[in-house]
Amino acid sequence: MKKQISSKSSFERSKRIWAYAFLVIPVLFYIIIRFYPTFYAFFLSLTDWDIISRDKNFIGIENYIKLFHDPIFWKTLGNTFEYVIYGLPVSLILGFIIAYNIDKVDKGSGIFKSVYFIPYITSLVALSWVWRWLYQPAPIGVFNKILISLGLSQQLFLFSQTQALFSILVTTIWSDVGFQMIIFLAGIKGISKQYYEAAEIDGAGNKDKLLNITIPLLKPTIIFLLVTGTIRYLRLFTQVLNMTFQGEGGPLNSTKPLVLYIYNSAFSRFDMGYASAMTVVLFLIIMIITLIQLRVMKSEN
Amino acid sequence: MKTKQTLLQAVRVFLLTLFGVLMLFPFIWMIATSFKQGADVFNLSLLPSNPTVKNYINLFSSSNFPWWFMNSFIVGGCVTLSVLFFDSLVGFTLSKYQFKGKKIIFILILSTMMIPTEMLVIPWFIMSNNLNWVDSYWGVMFPGLMSGFGVFLMRQFFTTVPDDLLDAGRIDGLNEFKIWYMIAMPLVIPALSALAILAFIGNWNAFLWPLIVSNKVRMYTLPVGLAFFNGEFQTQWEMVMTGASVASIPVFLLFILFQKQIINGIALTGVKG
Repeated sequence: MKKQISSKSSFERSKRIWAYAFLVIPVLFYIIIRFYPTFYAFFLSLTDWDIISRDKNFIGIENYIKLFHDPIFWKTLGNTFEYVIYGLPVSLILGFIIAYNIDKVDKGSGIFKSVYFIPYITSLVALSWVWRWLYQPAPIGVFNKILISLGLSQQLFLFSQTQALFSILVTTIWSDVGFQMIIFLAGIKGISKQYYEAAEIDGAGNKDKLLNITIPLLKPTIIFLLVTGTIRYLRLFTQVLNMTFQGEGGPLNSTKPLVLYIYNSAFSRFDMGYASAMTVVLFLIIMIITLIQLRVMKSEN
Repeated sequence: MKTKQTLLQAVRVFLLTLFGVLMLFPFIWMIATSFKQGADVFNLSLLPSNPTVKNYINLFSSSNFPWWFMNSFIVGGCVTLSVLFFDSLVGFTLSKYQFKGKKIIFILILSTMMIPTEMLVIPWFIMSNNLNWVDSYWGVMFPGLMSGFGVFLMRQFFTTVPDDLLDAGRIDGLNEFKIWYMIAMPLVIPALSALAILAFIGNWNAFLWPLIVSNKVRMYTLPVGLAFFNGEFQTQWEMVMTGASVASIPVFLLFILFQKQIINGIALTGVKG
């Protein structure tokens, strides 16, 4: 009996050793490739390093003060929030409408799902160039040629300070509405049929069921999509680099998002300290949003 | 009542089809234009008047496109294998063993999903510069070799594997590594295939980091190559559309073959919230 216990505990110990052995390389990976760089970015944001000089001068919060007085920083931050505020709600609402209707369709829901989803998994660089071409002036751009053939006037689209940001948003919404749709569909499918049956007995119509059952019960899904969507739109970059002239976020910075400004500061001007300070700001914004989400989810439960 | 329902169905199908065609509009134009040449490119008619595959031949014979295509395949393939191996091993360990520090390791790995890549690319670039990883496959690949999302996904699936099966293996004298890959892994193949496809597509489309770490044109991945493509071909839009088609087609094929796994895998990201 005694022997059995000791052999069992040595068996458990060997299992523990295996577990630690399995985790050695991954834990090192996460420390070296994820956590150390995170702290290093914080550190760099307190220096004036330009990658060429050997020394990294510690300059305290000077980068952050400079940031505060930098009109381009505020402009790009403002643009970023415009992308979130104008783009995300449209994408969410369209995603919900599509999901709601696909769920109600008797036949062909598989095909509809695929059609609406496929832009989401296609290369955004490729899609950006396709849309950039569609938006060109005549005789190149398809949209303008269609406008002309309908007897309407040409639009500047990407070359206009007022239209460019929205033109990029149309592409963005088109490419990510499929993601919202798939998550909404999963949420809708997760609602128990009993609720609807009970409501039908009470004589509820489609509209009542939508407003009193579907939408309230989708609250966790909506919160999830709102948070992940906000983060995704805050990090918008690829479309703007590929759709604007020379990737500059023009005309006149009117479409430039924060991440593009970070990218230019770090990799065109090699102002590593300043760029790092901006990534820290982005990180803090994302962290606050995530913490709010966790808080809201917790109070829901 | 019945007719009202069928009418509603018809309206739904009609509207979904209409908007579906609009969704596909850019793809249709992209592919149609890739088969056009000369003045035909500027025609508003969708179908090419004399369809030609010359753009495709041109793309693969007189540009760096074949390199980019190959680089993307190598990088995507290697990263996917690494993610499959490590994420499932970590997920397995975190769901099937009891040891000190388990919870904190899981939380730390999950928390890495919160760190924006934009914050990491500057330190990664400095690291790559110091270690001579710029313009190498390893340089493009190293940040993606493991993922918090994969660990989370695999851990969820391994908890459904009954412990009795693993214990049976132990009685047969298998060591823990063999128990993982001979007993547990075959039971989670659906999750593995979903993870593999999502990892491959994610890497195939990745842009920011490959853009930063590649300077030599021949080391570009497809998206980076496409971004600078316009300069190479002086706004020959039919060539840009051909390049965009070639970049999209592998994803279309994967999607047609593994539609279920892809959609379910994406849906899983939203289940937990």
